[in-house]
Amino acid sequence: MNAGAIVLMVVSLLLVWGGLGVSIAMLMSRPERTEWPEGWERDDADA
Amino acid sequence: MSTQTSPETRPREEWTGQVGFILSAIGSAVGLGNIWRFPGVAYENGGGAFLVPYLVALVTAGIPILYLDYAIGHRFRGSAPLAFRRISRWFETLGWYQVAICFAIAVYYTAVIAWALSFFWYSFGLRWGDDTTTFFLVDYLQVADVGGEDPWFTLDFVPAVLIPLVLVWVVTIVVLAAGVARGVQRVNIVFMPLLLVAFGVLVVRSLFLPGAADGLNALFTPEWSALRNADVWIAAYGQIFFSLSIAFGIMITYASYRRRRGNLTSPGLVVAFANSGFELFAGIGVFASLGFLAGQQAVAVGDLEGITGPILSFVTFPALVSQMPAGSLFGALFFGSLVMAGFTSLVSILQVVSAAFQEKLSISRRQAALGIGGLAGVISVLGFSTTTGLIALDTLDNWANNVGIVSSAVIMCVLVIWVGRRGGELRFHLNSVSTFQVGSWWTFCVGILAPLVLGWMLVSRIQTLLVEGYEGYAPWYTGLVGWGAIAAFVVFAVLLTLAPWRSPVGAYDAWPRYDKEHAPGAREGKGGPA
Repeated sequence: MNAGAIVLMVVSLLLVWGGLGVSIAMLMSRPERTEWPEGWERDDADA
Repeated sequence: MSTQTSPETRPREEWTGQVGFILSAIGSAVGLGNIWRFPGVAYENGGGAFLVPYLVALVTAGIPILYLDYAIGHRFRGSAPLAFRRISRWFETLGWYQVAICFAIAVYYTAVIAWALSFFWYSFGLRWGDDTTTFFLVDYLQVADVGGEDPWFTLDFVPAVLIPLVLVWVVTIVVLAAGVARGVQRVNIVFMPLLLVAFGVLVVRSLFLPGAADGLNALFTPEWSALRNADVWIAAYGQIFFSLSIAFGIMITYASYRRRRGNLTSPGLVVAFANSGFELFAGIGVFASLGFLAGQQAVAVGDLEGITGPILSFVTFPALVSQMPAGSLFGALFFGSLVMAGFTSLVSILQVVSAAFQEKLSISRRQAALGIGGLAGVISVLGFSTTTGLIALDTLDNWANNVGIVSSAVIMCVLVIWVGRRGGELRFHLNSVSTFQVGSWWTFCVGILAPLVLGWMLVSRIQTLLVEGYEGYAPWYTGLVGWGAIAAFVVFAVLLTLAPWRSPVGAYDAWPRYDKEHAPGAREGKGGPA
């Protein structure tokens, strides 16, 4: 492979797969919002 | 599920958890286009340089419109027609327009999955022989000589297509009837990891084939001058847009099954990057394999024919597999991957239709699955398992995507952001339930940038179709199947909007309550309870 192709392949893999990795890490560290403002106690199971 | 409860009172089906929602959304996004469209589009639009507009399009249109779909579906908790109706009475028409698009796509998409299923079977023994073009078009599809000796429509059924097609419809109806958690989610939880493993084996193997480096050179060598070409940017926005399953009801419907306090934006990032990650992965595998095929045929990769679309999958890949060591195994892995990627997308497309009719007619999911699946199955068999099926499929696919879905996106952005003026409320909703906060950039992207770019795409595409026609097909034929389909979507949408709801749909109380005056501080407790 030529140098330009290698650089573009590595950079695009880093950005896209790196973006996926960061997104997953972010989601694992805070999967859901846990604190809710007062008064927002409505049940989750409603329509 | 009760058959006579209203959308207001019926307990809504839900994903069992975050993983089920994410895998199902990825399953919908990752489809046939990731495997057969992205590599060719990237190659033809600047190679490695294409990644620049591609990533810009992902961040400025793909993710923002995905979030718009999520926000509408989750806040207004309904299929596309019900969710839009809850924004404004007449927006329901847009929801039915999206349902019509999904129905049309489902009837031909199933045929492609049936082809892949056949070729999965043919892989054992490499039954396509040496001349894969003749095998696909003449021996397998038995394509009629339309415009020549044969009429444009026939009812000459092709058993090799008909049998797998019926099988796909039966399985699809069973999955839809089983419901969101036990049907759609379960299929995705099984198929998505399997798809990753099967395609992963294929990609890794392709990297070790002689000539793989030539293929990767062709794909990734940057042609920077392409970035000055507006068409390349449009191609990037088009690829992201078609690839993510956005703006035609799927992500609205899927988000409506997310529990009230479910995170939206962070899972959305995972879905968007997983979709792009998969298509980049597919691009590497496809072009490494094409490099090998070019070497075998002693031509340059650029001189190969059929590097995108169905011809890549059903003509070029069989030829390639025939020349690979252990070709049967890799053929089975490739076509098995196509079946899994296509099927998980298909169930998401039909869930849009099923959910809409369940709510409008107050029918159970089993009634909806049988009624809609049965009707769609009959149309699918009549239209696409005959000797004229390929031409009908090609035409309908072009109009449903390039005119139907793109117009749906433009109308959705304009109606929701500009006419209904719900941008602030939907941004508030995303930020209220999610851990990753979206800023005013999101409103700019969905309110200005995306509709402008997509609107330009739509106008230029319509102009081309009107002036140049499509693929040399007879104008009366494209008028009937292409433009006729778009007209039918509109008529269907208006009629279904006018039809009464089987149970009353009253004023909807969205949660959390949005108070324009205090919206910025609502998350700190100033917003009142719903």
